[in-house]
Amino acid sequence: MAQHAQYSDKESVPPASRGKASRQEASRVFALAMALPMAVWQCVFFVAALAFLAVMAFWSVQNFRVVPDFTFANWVKMFSAGYFQQTYLRTFGYGAMAAAISSVLAFPCAYGIAFKLPRQAQRLVVACLIIPYFTSYLVRTFAWKILLTDNGVINAVLGWVGLGPFSMMSNLFAVMIGYLTLIFPIVILLQYFSLANIDRRLIEAAHNLRCGAFSTVFRVVIPSAKIGLILAATFAFILSFGDFVSPSFLGNNKPPTLSILMVDAVKSGSQWPRAAVVALSMIATLVAVAFLAMSTAYSREGRR
Amino acid sequence: MRAAGLVTWILRAYVCLALLFVFAPIITSFIYSFDASRYAAFPWGGFSTQWYGEALADPAVASSFRNTVIVALLSASLATAIGFAAAYTDYRYKFFGKNAYLALALLPPTIPAIILGLAMLVFLSRVSLSGGLHSIIISHVVYAIPFAMALVRLRLSQMPADLEAVAWNLGAGQWLTLRSVILPFTLPAILAALFLTMAVSFDEYAIAWFVSGFSETLPVHILILLQREVSPKVNVIGSVAFIISMTLIVVAQIILFARAPAKTRGRSFKTGS
Repeated sequence: MAQHAQYSDKESVPPASRGKASRQEASRVFALAMALPMAVWQCVFFVAALAFLAVMAFWSVQNFRVVPDFTFANWVKMFSAGYFQQTYLRTFGYGAMAAAISSVLAFPCAYGIAFKLPRQAQRLVVACLIIPYFTSYLVRTFAWKILLTDNGVINAVLGWVGLGPFSMMSNLFAVMIGYLTLIFPIVILLQYFSLANIDRRLIEAAHNLRCGAFSTVFRVVIPSAKIGLILAATFAFILSFGDFVSPSFLGNNKPPTLSILMVDAVKSGSQWPRAAVVALSMIATLVAVAFLAMSTAYSREGRR
Repeated sequence: MRAAGLVTWILRAYVCLALLFVFAPIITSFIYSFDASRYAAFPWGGFSTQWYGEALADPAVASSFRNTVIVALLSASLATAIGFAAAYTDYRYKFFGKNAYLALALLPPTIPAIILGLAMLVFLSRVSLSGGLHSIIISHVVYAIPFAMALVRLRLSQMPADLEAVAWNLGAGQWLTLRSVILPFTLPAILAALFLTMAVSFDEYAIAWFVSGFSETLPVHILILLQREVSPKVNVIGSVAFIISMTLIVVAQIILFARAPAKTRGRSFKTGS
């Protein structure tokens, strides 16, 4: 790859290109030494692993052992199974729901940070939203369990005002809370960054043209921040679609999602080829969604 | 105008509410790590440091903590070194297939960790490399390279364009320039990359769970505790890990700020002494 190296900065020329062949050789060695470690590591361990996962999807299991083969049996078995189809649709729905809920709930927050807080406070809030990513998601999930159980903190507080108790564990509500724990801060941050970059003169112009506060938000702010908003929703979808912890520990594995099916196939059944089929379907879905989202985000249509 | 003021305050209150949601589990876990009763209920059963004692005395916690530290240190160092070289390559050279090269570097975190874990398990066990700390280290390097590379690349883009050329014109070879100009200039980013990749590795459970075999790391130990029982130890481990992570970040910040004058020194070309 790096043999084709040219220097990106024409004016600064490394000593090697001043003629002498031995120096040129040394320069080539230097370039390779810098370029190759990453390429080699990611090819050997990342690309090869993914490629082998794709191969594994065509292998078969005999006497509880995975043996090399070329069969479509795993694909036929999984795709024709009702539980796989249902789980696929459910997982997709969960991801879409998490993306929608987090986007809607995050927007007023991102808007508030970008437009209603002084600079210093904005920085502080951004820092506060990064902190959760340095804490364990597993531990936060466990803490939600404490908060949400039937005799937990939230039901106790609701009890004081004469409400409840509500059953908030092992259901869709709990799973969504778990997803939000994972994605809410990053959705707010991505939305905030795109809102903060809007040209303020656009908003002033809208106000001068007697555009009301609400219609300014919908007709100026949201269209201007479109790319960032779609990017945030896409991130939310990708992260919740692949998440295993929330549906497993807050949803109590029932009903399962694709990641739970995958883990089950590996951990309790040594059904690696079927797990590979699930994993590949997930990757294909994520690539398709990301591609669709990005082409929507950057489409010329709808730009005002 | 009074209506606008009201909207401002409602939005500010909403921001506080969102922060409350984000911090509720962190605070809860911290409070309940001092709860005397075994089954976290409300109100709590009184103040106690009993679970800290039990968690710290637990040999499984101790050995998984040791494993986590070993994995984090080694994978962070490797990922930072490789990420640095890749960032420099991106900064300095143009070549055929560069987009593919960058995609190769940046793709791993876009794949759900649990799928990456399965892929690593399937592949590493085929080449007889699975089931140990080395398997986790290999996988975490794959996962962490992009973070290190991004930080160093950002710093390189702040470097005065002619700084390298000056060193070359003064007769320094490429290796010497790298050591005495590039490395000092990017040092804050390298340190930040070390801390960030360490934090990434320190919290990663999905890949480690798949490939580790019997050598558990701390997050894997928590995952297994969560599956088995309700254990207040999870809160203790979480709180201690949180304090360690925050300390690392604060130390990294202090290093970054202490090194800030180096940036201006670099601009006046005193770096390559």
